[in-house]
Amino acid sequence: MLEIKNVTKIYDGNVLALDDVSFNIKQGEFLAIIGLSGSGKSTLLRCINRLVEPTKGDIIMDDINITNASQDELRRIRRKIGMIFQHFNLVERSKVMTNVLAGRLGYTNPAMSLVNRFSKNDVEMALKQLERVGIKDQAYKRADELSGGQQQRVSIARAMMQNPKLILADEPVASLDPVLAHSIMQYLEKINKEDGVTVICSLHFLDLVHRYANRAIALNAGKLMFDGSPKDIDDEKFKEIYGKEAERVG
Amino acid sequence: MKTKRPLLKSIGVGLAVALGVIIFAYAFQVTDVNFETTRSEVRMTGLTRVLRALAKPELFTRDTTEVDIQTPFYLPCPESGQMEEIETGGNEPYLLTSVPCASAKEMITVEGYNFPPNSSGPINFLTASGVSKQLANFDSDSDGYFNVEVEVPNRQPVEEAQHIVATIRTTSGPLKWTDTAKATWEKIIETVFIALLATAIGTIVSIPVSFLAAKNLMKDSTSTPTNVALAILSWPAGIWVGLKFTKWAINVLDPLSEQILVALAGSILFAGIAYLLVRKGLPAEDIAKPTRKTRIIRNVFLFGSAVAGLLAIIFFGSFAKLAGDIITEPLGVFGFLGNALFLLGDITLMLAPAMIAVAVGGVFASIVGKFGQSLNDKLSSSSLKVANLIFTSLAGAVLFALIMAGINWFYQINDPKIVLYYPLAIGGIVGFLLALAVRPKHPLPTGLIIYTIIRTLLNTTRSIEPLVMAIVAVIWVGIGPFAGSLALALHTIASLSKLYSEQVESIDDGPLEAIQATGANRLQTIVYAVIPQIIPPYISFTMYRWDINVRMSTIIGFVGGGGIGFLLQQNINLLNYRAASVQMLAIAIVVASMDYISSKIRESIV
Repeated sequence: MLEIKNVTKIYDGNVLALDDVSFNIKQGEFLAIIGLSGSGKSTLLRCINRLVEPTKGDIIMDDINITNASQDELRRIRRKIGMIFQHFNLVERSKVMTNVLAGRLGYTNPAMSLVNRFSKNDVEMALKQLERVGIKDQAYKRADELSGGQQQRVSIARAMMQNPKLILADEPVASLDPVLAHSIMQYLEKINKEDGVTVICSLHFLDLVHRYANRAIALNAGKLMFDGSPKDIDDEKFKEIYGKEAERVG
Repeated sequence: MKTKRPLLKSIGVGLAVALGVIIFAYAFQVTDVNFETTRSEVRMTGLTRVLRALAKPELFTRDTTEVDIQTPFYLPCPESGQMEEIETGGNEPYLLTSVPCASAKEMITVEGYNFPPNSSGPINFLTASGVSKQLANFDSDSDGYFNVEVEVPNRQPVEEAQHIVATIRTTSGPLKWTDTAKATWEKIIETVFIALLATAIGTIVSIPVSFLAAKNLMKDSTSTPTNVALAILSWPAGIWVGLKFTKWAINVLDPLSEQILVALAGSILFAGIAYLLVRKGLPAEDIAKPTRKTRIIRNVFLFGSAVAGLLAIIFFGSFAKLAGDIITEPLGVFGFLGNALFLLGDITLMLAPAMIAVAVGGVFASIVGKFGQSLNDKLSSSSLKVANLIFTSLAGAVLFALIMAGINWFYQINDPKIVLYYPLAIGGIVGFLLALAVRPKHPLPTGLIIYTIIRTLLNTTRSIEPLVMAIVAVIWVGIGPFAGSLALALHTIASLSKLYSEQVESIDDGPLEAIQATGANRLQTIVYAVIPQIIPPYISFTMYRWDINVRMSTIIGFVGGGGIGFLLQQNINLLNYRAASVQMLAIAIVVASMDYISSKIRESIV
């Protein structure tokens, strides 16, 4: 459903973040992206929904070329791609409910959201999504009153409001403790299995990759180093991905 | 090399110190520092007098009662020798002169008995014809006695008795406010409201401007050369059409809206129509891409709604003016509410053409922008380049002609060659060359250009002191608080926009990214990701600005901008320092309480 073709990204000042990366993803896959910090994982994820403009290459989702879509098209593409961030990126001063409803903005008429109005359906859907991640009772609290794990669940609910085909998760558990990390990963797994949403998730811990992903790709200095099943990451491959001095921790 | 370094360094430091000394020595010279004057006796007494007067603000007063005690006195001594007897003794106060009669310029002693202890007052000479001249002041001791030496005045000699009168002044009754205090109260209220109005207007304008002046919001917005050229062409056209249309509509509706009921009904009816059409034209959600037909139908609805909205605004303006006028009288003390309604209507009618012109300009620009976008998508690079050459030349010509028209307004050149033909030609050529130079599909950083222009405008405006603005405003709207409000509002816009935009620049990018990722457009991103983050700093800056405006409005009266400054300056010029002190005290109290209130409000909101 998603084709990444020869994508290169060079930031201002000649920083090469992605170097001719190509791979395909099938509907319903749970793809993990691994690699060191600064290896281009975040850039790759952001190129997919064009939060970052790729310098070269094409990204094609369901036969629509994302890279040269107009603003209107991009809006329709983005609303099918949910995104989850390491630091949750909730609007902390807004209510949980508002944060979740914001996931609906790609569908809402801009004039309506100017006066902060959402349809009844959207509100019901938001409550349902919050219930699904188990924090319906927190709906009318301010987002910054919630704990880290709860905030990440709000952002999952926000992504699910988009009715996405694809979820991009940028190190979703890197700022959470291991117990919470598993609970968040389980929500992603559930979305992947039950709703058939394709998930692309960058991860640091290999045990999480083994446990949840059915495919992994690895980046090193912007280059694609590995593409295959997580089981195939042996010690040799590991050293190739993370460098000679690296040791496995998880 | 290494041994030389410390030497070079110490020479450098020595030079820097010497330069510092020279700079300060010159500063003393330039600023006329003179400590001789600070020690001079005359100046010290002057300073003491002023400081003591300032320390005694003329706040309270009591009623005073005056009782006259008089004794006959002959000027000169009568030839007959007949003189009135003076009653002495008893408990009533009385006066005794050392001699019963004397000629002019002689010194005599006046003694007072049984006066109220520690009382004071003037001693006057009262002629037979009733003219009095003050001779001295008396201060009685604790027994009610005093004696004062006075000079007999040079007055018309008459036979009969004239009088020496001592007036006992006693203050009585409760303390009351002085007239100065009352006037100060009135003016300080005016001052606070000047500041309030200026801050309110400033805030309303600054918020949208601050978004345009925030680099992080603007840097990503780019347009293709085609769109830039088309926008330059379509904005002025749209504004012109909007202005003409609104003026025409106001004229047509004028006779209708003179009846208050018609105006009211019209405003309600058209507002309702506009609302319904908006609901039809703007669907809450778009699941799929709408077909061409539905888009056209929606645009027709929206257009109808815009026209209805315009009519509603005009009717409302007329209605508010009429209604305000009618209810002002019967409301009595609350007549100001009627006046406010009248002014609201007046402002609506005054601003309607401008607002609608800008709106129509925006609509034109967005329609033409869509057209430009489709050209951009469909045409090949080379044919787009040809189209660009035409558009950009036209846009350059229009832009230069408009700028020149502005310059001509100031300098009155009025020569059609210079004002119109040359700019058209030069602009056309510049546009043509630009289009040749730029790749046709390469986006231009329009956001950054707008950002730079707005920043420059703000910085220029901000550097003009509000006092200077007030002078211009006084010429425009006349002396009074309105002029002060306008001047302060302008300055507030300039400085608040800058402060606000810096807040926008320092917000957390994460939520912005997250909201954009949902497919939200620019407007939605601002509403959902930017505004919630900037509310606390905006409130505290607004409060701080109100605080500054209160302080500024105290001096804006110096140039006729209303408020307490006018009184203060008047009293200082009249050397009436005790009155000036009252105004200074009032300013201090208001500023201090503003500070307190604003910090409390900030605490409770932020």
